[in-house]
Amino acid sequence: MKQVVIEFRKVSKRFGDIAAVIDNNLAVEQGEFLSILGPSGCGKTTSLRMMAGFEQPTSGEVFIRGEKVTGVPAYRRPVNMVFQHYALFPHLSIADNVSYGLRQRSPRPSAGEITKSVDEALDMVRLGGFGKRRTYELSGGQQQRVALARALINRPAVLLLDEPLAALDRKLRREMQVELQNLQRTVGITFLLVTHDQEEALSMSDRVCVMREGRVVQTGSPRDLYDTPINRYVAEFVGKSNFFSAASGNVTSVRPELIDIAARRKDLPQGLAIRTDGRVLNRIFLGEQTEYRIASDELGEFTVVAPRKAEHLSGTFNIGDSISAGWRPEHARLLPDN
Amino acid sequence: MRVYLVLVYVFLYAPIALIVGGSFNAGKQAMIWQGFSLEWYGKAFSNPLITEALGTSLYIALATAAISSVLGLMAALGLERVKGWLRTFFDALIYIAIMVPGIVIGISTLIAFVSIFELVNPALTATFNIRLQMGSWAVIAAHVLFNIAVVALLVRARLQGMDRSLVEASEDLYATPFGTFRQIVLPLLAPAVLAGFLLAFTFSFEDFIIAYFVAGPDVTLPIYVFSSIRRGVTPEINAVGTVVLVTSLLLLVIAQLILQRGNQARVRADG
Ligand SMILES: Nc1ncnc2c1ncn2[C@@H]1O[C@H](COP(=O)(O)OP(=O)(O)OP(=O)(O)O)[C@@H](O)[C@H]1O
Ligand SMILES: [Mg+2]
Repeated sequence: MKQVVIEFRKVSKRFGDIAAVIDNNLAVEQGEFLSILGPSGCGKTTSLRMMAGFEQPTSGEVFIRGEKVTGVPAYRRPVNMVFQHYALFPHLSIADNVSYGLRQRSPRPSAGEITKSVDEALDMVRLGGFGKRRTYELSGGQQQRVALARALINRPAVLLLDEPLAALDRKLRREMQVELQNLQRTVGITFLLVTHDQEEALSMSDRVCVMREGRVVQTGSPRDLYDTPINRYVAEFVGKSNFFSAASGNVTSVRPELIDIAARRKDLPQGLAIRTDGRVLNRIFLGEQTEYRIASDELGEFTVVAPRKAEHLSGTFNIGDSISAGWRPEHARLLPDN
Repeated sequence: MRVYLVLVYVFLYAPIALIVGGSFNAGKQAMIWQGFSLEWYGKAFSNPLITEALGTSLYIALATAAISSVLGLMAALGLERVKGWLRTFFDALIYIAIMVPGIVIGISTLIAFVSIFELVNPALTATFNIRLQMGSWAVIAAHVLFNIAVVALLVRARLQGMDRSLVEASEDLYATPFGTFRQIVLPLLAPAVLAGFLLAFTFSFEDFIIAYFVAGPDVTLPIYVFSSIRRGVTPEINAVGTVVLVTSLLLLVIAQLILQRGNQARVRADG
């Protein structure tokens, strides 16, 4: 069992009538990349702000490296945050922004040490030589990297990132995702990232914590969440799925790419648990795969994703075609319907 | 339309032009141009009455600007934390302080001070043998009264445009609340405070009405000008008037530039 760097014990936060975070028990392990994933307003930012010390829990305790920090203000907590809009100090140069945390220490490091650390930090985010510039001379992506350097130079116990990529365009976001992941591996600092973008959470993190209306629903590796979601909410939020109603408030969840499709029943592979006949309602060509919307008399509508690679066996289908579809028993999951 | 517009401007600026022109006139007659000269400036600044009045005015204006800047900044920062109807109430007070005519401030300060003096002076005279009376300090007090509001308004505007997360970022980077104030809040508010300082200086320096009521035996430059033109307008007075005019205009322009630059830097930082 790895060491826990930051931990919530039954943490709740209310703003007047609004319960922003309810009974949260979250433990972040040393060196991991953990994402908090959830829709808007589910309490992600509030959780992060309680770790940083900007908000104090209404009830429950926060621990950092085993020490209780509930009530301790932000400036005495060994964690750092990357803000969504970077929050770079506009009146300071890039170098002064990056060295800000070091300059608050007492005893204060020497000027030489500070310069050296700043150069290292800027090199780390590939901004070597930018120290003398002003913040407004940099692009969004560059400002983002300055914010990272400014936080990482302090070697915090945990780096908190609140939707750090939301303000970037798609292409840059993809680049920064890779860069963040590499950075985290090189520096070995624990990253805690908040996002409502499931793709971002799944692609970058060692573990993902899915939240809903202030509560943690499930925490696990991206693969665990995808393969063994504990309820319909997680299955829906992490990847796509088909849901077929089952007995007593449950649903059967089947991932679209795990459904086989063929022109006739006898063309379907062996060992399928469910077989059904239906009609193609819609077809979306996505390059490496094709997405079919199927209407079946017994099961209603569902979606099938057929990989390009399997087309030489299954063939391709047009809208209106009659088809057969089915899946293996282990690919269907019976889940509570929320 | 054009003609009217020209007439309006002539009406507005002709007196000022006459004063400025007259101050450079070599002759003594205001209406007859006898060639360019700086003679009257020399005369004015070697007149001990004028230099003393100028000194008093500068002292009052500087003190007013300094005190108003500090108190105005504190008022604006304090108001940040006030919410609800109390906030509305204080906001209203600030606007009222700015809009009240000078003559009302003058009279009411006078009455207030006089009644306080009547109350405390007997006791003070009996115990310490001193008597409070009107003077420069009373002018400063009255000027500070509405210049606090001017500074507070400017600082408030800038505070509202300031990104709250900058303060949090500073705290997150281990700066104590005072450290954050010194390193982040104050530098970001500095342009507004400086502009407020200059405006307060200008308003105080050129004020006649309030000073006239509460200056007591002290003579400020505007009071000196007023009392001497009863004996007729001399080119010397024109020179003094021109100096006051140019100083005020210059300071107003500088204040405006500072505010604009501050805003531009902010826009660039946001974008
Ligand atoms: N300072 C506050 N005062 C009052 N209510 C707040 C405050 N901060 C957050 N809330 C409320 O708490 C709930 C959770 O907010 P939070 O910002 O944590 O959500 P989030 O998951 O970060 O959402 P988003 O993805 O939109 O950023 C929301 O209903 C929000 O309105
Ligand atoms: Mg948020």
